[in-house]
Amino acid sequence: MNSGRPSPLRNTRCLPSSGAHPNKDGTNQRSAPLKLIAEHLAVDRGGRRVFAGLGFTLTAGHALVITGANGVGKSTLLRTLAGLVPAGEGRLTLEGGEPERSVAEHAHYFGHDSAVKRALTVLENLEFLREFTAPARPQGFAGKALASREILDRLGIGHTVNLPAAYLSAGQTRRLALARLFVSPRPIWLMDEPTSALDTASEAQLLGFMNGHLAEGGLIITATHSRLALSPAAALHLSAAVAPDAHEDTEEEPA
Amino acid sequence: MALIDLANPTRFLSLSRALLPWLTGLCVLAFAVGLYMAFFVAPEDYQQGDTVRIMYIHVPAAWLAMMCYSIMALSSLGTLVWKHPLADVSAKAAAPLGAAFTFMSLITGSLWGKPMWGTYWVWDARLTSVLVLFIMYLGLMALWRTMEDPIKAGKAAAVLTLVGALNLPIIKFSVDWWNTLHQPASVMRMDGPTIHPDILWPLLVMALAFTLLFFVLHLMAMQNEILRRRVTALRQRAAAIRPATATASVRSAAAE
Amino acid sequence: MSGWFSALVARELRLALRVGGGALIGVLFFLAVVTVVPFGMGPDLNLLSRVGPAILWIGALLSTLLGLDRLFQADRDDGSLDLVLMAGRPMELIVLAKCLAHWVATGVPLVLAAPVLAVFLNLEPVAIGAVTLTLLVGTPALTLIGAIGAALTVSLRRGGLLLAVLVVPLAIPVLIFGVSAADAAVSEPMPFLTPFLILCALSLISAVVGPVAAAAALRFSAD
Repeated sequence: MNSGRPSPLRNTRCLPSSGAHPNKDGTNQRSAPLKLIAEHLAVDRGGRRVFAGLGFTLTAGHALVITGANGVGKSTLLRTLAGLVPAGEGRLTLEGGEPERSVAEHAHYFGHDSAVKRALTVLENLEFLREFTAPARPQGFAGKALASREILDRLGIGHTVNLPAAYLSAGQTRRLALARLFVSPRPIWLMDEPTSALDTASEAQLLGFMNGHLAEGGLIITATHSRLALSPAAALHLSAAVAPDAHEDTEEEPA
Repeated sequence: MALIDLANPTRFLSLSRALLPWLTGLCVLAFAVGLYMAFFVAPEDYQQGDTVRIMYIHVPAAWLAMMCYSIMALSSLGTLVWKHPLADVSAKAAAPLGAAFTFMSLITGSLWGKPMWGTYWVWDARLTSVLVLFIMYLGLMALWRTMEDPIKAGKAAAVLTLVGALNLPIIKFSVDWWNTLHQPASVMRMDGPTIHPDILWPLLVMALAFTLLFFVLHLMAMQNEILRRRVTALRQRAAAIRPATATASVRSAAAE
Repeated sequence: MSGWFSALVARELRLALRVGGGALIGVLFFLAVVTVVPFGMGPDLNLLSRVGPAILWIGALLSTLLGLDRLFQADRDDGSLDLVLMAGRPMELIVLAKCLAHWVATGVPLVLAAPVLAVFLNLEPVAIGAVTLTLLVGTPALTLIGAIGAALTVSLRRGGLLLAVLVVPLAIPVLIFGVSAADAAVSEPMPFLTPFLILCALSLISAVVGPVAAAAALRFSAD
């Protein structure tokens, strides 16, 4: 029982960037960049507090690498940012985002599940996500939608476009899942162990893509065990800092 | 505001502990008076004889079967709209009570039906509606039991409760329609303005007694649920290898 | 809006056609239910023609409910549900699109099978037409109401049975008016149009209540 939730999360706030007046000709490089701000996030899952008091600020073009031991809440944090796990407390804001959309609608979530339908062909999978996922193109984010075949070629699975996805190997499925990040541009990438099921060469290629996304003014938040050569990057280490006994999520005394 | 104060389970527990003895006393008193009136004051029916006394159990039970669902629907609104932390506890505690009262009204209804209709069960519009309500209570309880996370279970059950609340009038209407197609109208009409005061008063006292009984049981069930969740939380904390709180530190970005 | 909506419907239809022949199994189950009834009740053709509309409706109800448990669960299992929730599209319309596709893939075959099965039950031509028409109008309501149960049980491993238990009480009005309308078409004094129009109204109500409730349940289910 977590009693008393004084401040329910308002995680659907997107502030228009302060003083951002887009030029009439559409060039908007001088406007304030995107800024993702998390304040005092706390998440409960199954009655257990996973983390509390978590905050960070991430500006466009930067990556945030989340590290920490297994089970400390890295995946939960990413899913909270994706709007899939409700936060018990705290606030998540995207400055400069499109005002009508929530933070999660500015984000791609690249998690453990590939979300690939095995009965559909590779191209059908990707084309569906292109049409279905609403792109988010706030000012200052230069990401463009790529043609499906182009990104599949670049990912090295261009020869499979007309095959049902059931025939893909684990690594190929993973790359197909990655392709959706390019067909519907969104500035925030939330990546949970992005290099799993990828060999060294593919990993290097993925890093190239991620750095490219940063260069276009995107934001990446990734949870990883391996070192990722992302730049510029900040680190967020989730650690167990408070002893179990000093843990304070219940204000009720045993009566 | 009282409801806000009650958001704290500890405060709720102490308040309900203070309230319970009084409620229990009132409930016992109301039952004593109500049962006495039902058995010794109220007259026999000239047609039904002593059988009519089943009504003093049946009608309040049926009334509570409805009230329970209303309280659950209100609690569900509390869960989904106002996010009151005790709302899903209240809804969860009310469901078995509602099922029990519904069951009681079904049983007493069929016991009354045996001498009146010559059979224990008739697909009468009211009995059928109450049976559907009973199934809905059991379905809700099953949903609570199958979902492990109490918060998620509470929200799912709240959605279902509200859908059910929207549907109940439709179900009632369609069962009435169906009934008029297949059967003559029911003989069981206790509502209507012509109830004699000798019958009405015992009925009202019994209704009050049942309502008090519901609140006593509801408060006790809510206390149990709160304690059960605390036990779960303590066990989870005991099982956790690491503390449940993580702190974050951000070093400033390299390129800035 | 129409672009993504039709894309979703098209994807769902493709999946329904390619995976496991879900529509066919629904019709087979329908056939099985209708076949076992005479074994239980005896082959009296007069009796069968009298209860025929009810049997067809109950068969349609059961096969609709049994086919619904994977409606959202398949998406949850492979992670698609996360993307659906994040897609920036109204969840209610997403549910509506999925129900539409599911109904086209599994409900319409039931409606088409109904006249054939009605012959087994010795229904008159008028009754066959009436049952088929009521099924055509009423099965969307069953799918939409069932979607609520599917969304509530999306996170449960074996939620199919619970889904049926939760949804059956809500589906009772549809059953009542569907069978009433079909019966009224053959028995003289009763009007056909009244229950039929109420059935239409029930389908329209479920087209609102179903998606709204299912969308809420799906949002709460994510974790």
